Amino acid sequence: MFTPHTDAERKEMLTALGLKSIEELFSDVPGKFRFPALNLPAGMSEMFAQNYVEGFAGANASTKEFVCFLGAGVYDHYIPAAVDSILRRGEFFTAYTPYQPEISQGTLQSIFEFQSLICNLTSLEVSNASHYDGATAAAEACLMAYAHFREKRKRILLSHAIHPQYREVINTYLSGARDIEIITSGKNEESLSDPREINNLIDEDTALVMVQYPDFFGRVFDLSDLINEAHQKGALVCMIVNPIALGLLKTPGQMGADIAVGEGQPLGIPLSFGGPYLGFIAARKDLVRKLSGRLVGETVDGNGKRGYVLTLTAREQHIRREKATSNICSNQGLMALAATVYMSLLGKSGMQQVSNLCYQNAHYAAQKISELDGFKILTSEPFFHEIVVQCPISIDHLNHHLLEEGILGGYALEHEFPDLKDCMLLAFTEKTNKEIIDVLCEIMKESNHG
Amino acid sequence: MAEPTIYEISSPGRTGFQFHQPDVPVAQLPAELKRNDLPFPEVSEVDVIRHFTRLSQLNYGIDLGFYPLGSCTMKYNPRINEEMARLSGFAMAHPLQPIETVQGNLALIYQLQEWLKEISGFSGITLQPAAGAQGEFVGGLIMRAYHLSRNDLKRTKILVPDSAHGTNPATSSMSGFEVVNIPSDSRGNIDLEKLKEICDDCVAGLMLTNPNTLGLFEEHLQEVIAIIHEKGGLVYGDGANFNALLGIIKPGEVGFDIMHFNLHKTFSTPHGGGGPGSGPVAVAAHLVDFLPAPVVGIVEEGDDETPPLYGFITPSKSIGRMKSFYGHFGVLVRAFTYIAMHGANGLRNISENAVLNANYLKKLLGNAYTVPYDRACMHEFVAEGFWDDAPGIHALDVAKRMMDYGIHPPTNYFPLIVKEALMIEPTETESKQEIEHFAEIMKTIAHEAHTEPELLHTAPHHTPIGRLDEVKAAKDLVLCCWIPPEE
Repeated sequence: MFTPHTDAERKEMLTALGLKSIEELFSDVPGKFRFPALNLPAGMSEMFAQNYVEGFAGANASTKEFVCFLGAGVYDHYIPAAVDSILRRGEFFTAYTPYQPEISQGTLQSIFEFQSLICNLTSLEVSNASHYDGATAAAEACLMAYAHFREKRKRILLSHAIHPQYREVINTYLSGARDIEIITSGKNEESLSDPREINNLIDEDTALVMVQYPDFFGRVFDLSDLINEAHQKGALVCMIVNPIALGLLKTPGQMGADIAVGEGQPLGIPLSFGGPYLGFIAARKDLVRKLSGRLVGETVDGNGKRGYVLTLTAREQHIRREKATSNICSNQGLMALAATVYMSLLGKSGMQQVSNLCYQNAHYAAQKISELDGFKILTSEPFFHEIVVQCPISIDHLNHHLLEEGILGGYALEHEFPDLKDCMLLAFTEKTNKEIIDVLCEIMKESNHG
Repeated sequence: MAEPTIYEISSPGRTGFQFHQPDVPVAQLPAELKRNDLPFPEVSEVDVIRHFTRLSQLNYGIDLGFYPLGSCTMKYNPRINEEMARLSGFAMAHPLQPIETVQGNLALIYQLQEWLKEISGFSGITLQPAAGAQGEFVGGLIMRAYHLSRNDLKRTKILVPDSAHGTNPATSSMSGFEVVNIPSDSRGNIDLEKLKEICDDCVAGLMLTNPNTLGLFEEHLQEVIAIIHEKGGLVYGDGANFNALLGIIKPGEVGFDIMHFNLHKTFSTPHGGGGPGSGPVAVAAHLVDFLPAPVVGIVEEGDDETPPLYGFITPSKSIGRMKSFYGHFGVLVRAFTYIAMHGANGLRNISENAVLNANYLKKLLGNAYTVPYDRACMHEFVAEGFWDDAPGIHALDVAKRMMDYGIHPPTNYFPLIVKEALMIEPTETESKQEIEHFAEIMKTIAHEAHTEPELLHTAPHHTPIGRLDEVKAAKDLVLCCWIPPEE
């Protein structure tokens, strides 16, 4: 299939090596364990493999046929055709990390442009070449803050209104560093309290305050005062941001944040059942040496021609080994390329349009749902993408009913936020409109009465 | 001329993509929450397609030719994998859908878990890690959690051979361990005497790449594992080089406790200019409970009429979550397709040919280059990129010159234990002719190094751009087209 040698060629090669059989090449492998049987189905032709794999794909309900109101950190946005047509270019997807800049300017310049777009989106001065996803980018930001204070400040404050999975990942990432203390704000019974109340916990031992914007529940708060207060105590502030929301909303840079991280999936990357996605991280320029992951910088060749290279590599694991801040090696190259093409194509006006559509649809839906008997919107305006809806019936029951009508309902909050019983997070993107939202409301109404 | 940046071709007011107008009543965003100007490019779709197409043409990829980047396994990326990952049932499924609506995805994950366990000889597996480095981190945290669960608090050290990839020591410190280096012996194996001397009951584990980064199979593998186990430590296998071992040996059967895979190396998923990768971690029976959450399992058994119900399971002593959701699912689909097409015989055939190609290439190079540790290699080998009688020539010069011949250079300056290292991995997807052609180029360059050294010093000459000033890049630090926000 993908191994080109003919039997005759293989024999010629073995002869050249003075060998009679291929098995002789493996004489260093302990005989007792050599050539084990693998209990796998027999290999399939491409045609049969395609049928086989399509069988798995066909056993799912997808957003191709279903209307999707699920969000919770991952959003069903439209992906312009141009994005995938660039990703399918073999020169991009069959290359690796640009170790040889002379023959990797395509990858390098597109990462440079990615960094530029992320900087200008967040109003922060430096961005890296990407992280695995939003949650790991958030965890890397914690490590970065810890290293920034030379491990002298031990406390990381997490808002209770950040994505629960992000909190889990941060806890896992920091479990190897014994001295770090992670404190989550808020109490279990007050999930919807103002995330800015985290200010009460900031002290001289706080390295980082991490807040989400819009928060996990879709709420938009001005964080300028909180950031100011944190800075007075000498702490850094990291905002977890939604990149589409920043088409409209006041930016981390404008509010004075030191670091911004986020999930880049909404920027032209398919839902793909959870990945691969794209983590981004941007920061103030003076933090650049503590930023983990790859960085691309502009330079010139011997003739003065402009070009791009991986730079500040001395921060990274292959040079610093055990002294590196992070062990990260790869990045999400192809996903960063998708986001770069998406942001370039949409440009200034497209980013504002998609952001506005999400904003308007969510506010219309909130208005309509609040008019339904028994349903209540628990989050106050303004919000972005998402709203918390309290329902008169169980979320399972409601979502089951919605599914029968071809709708993927909201995300049930009760499991992770016990005080939000019978509450769900409903997400709205540009893919919904007045008609679909009206249908949603009709079904919600019927479910309550039916 | 250099390709302008996307910002430089921007024209105020131009649009590349038009959305519809909202059809709902307009809500106002409070002015104090509005961002100031969005300094983004303003270009058309044609501008975008041409810009990125031209950028792509400045790149070298496997599709263009030989890419012997050692330890990276740059094999051909089958096109069917790309089509499968884009099927709407996969690509358009939201990760938080009710499990009843994503049984196909969960069944595929479950099946891939089973296959990878079978291929590697382990009892449990997680497909969550995003890349090899994250897989290593999982391994480090599992070692830590395992010893702590046994109330064994004295284990502070991880042993790492001096030939190891830089991620191994970085991972060990991220996982909260002190790193102790183990030297190699004259045959490129771990120095057994040194290992015995250093290994005590403070050792949490050993991180071992096998075949190692010299491309050599550890000749005392069983002894090494026994020494670590005897002292109560765990043995972690870095699976970066697993392309040499499919159907050749199951690491779990020899006694490895943990191992990560690199699906983007061994199982042909594209490297994407630096990612996404995928780094599943398999473990032996005594470590299954520590795996990251969630793993996919059968939550309701099926029978003759109904298939089983697949769902998520949190292992009882889980180290926690490593990333959002269930791993790089799109990458998993590609690896799954690849394994389905190969089956047991096909997989073994891959490793046989990968090892044959490396040995054949090494043989063809003859005496043109010095290959220290002259043994039969596995899927790659390391040559020296310098000659005593060609003063001033370095591995870097050899690598740069290779681009003039239309080849991507091997990994250079790694592993650190070989002077001026050139680490060459041809992979199984290269033909005999391609390997012979490459050997000729290598020999020509060796000859040039002695007769026309200037050609190498100033190389490359035929690439879109010449050698770049890396010092300037680090000093001036221009990292983006930065447009300061208006006040």
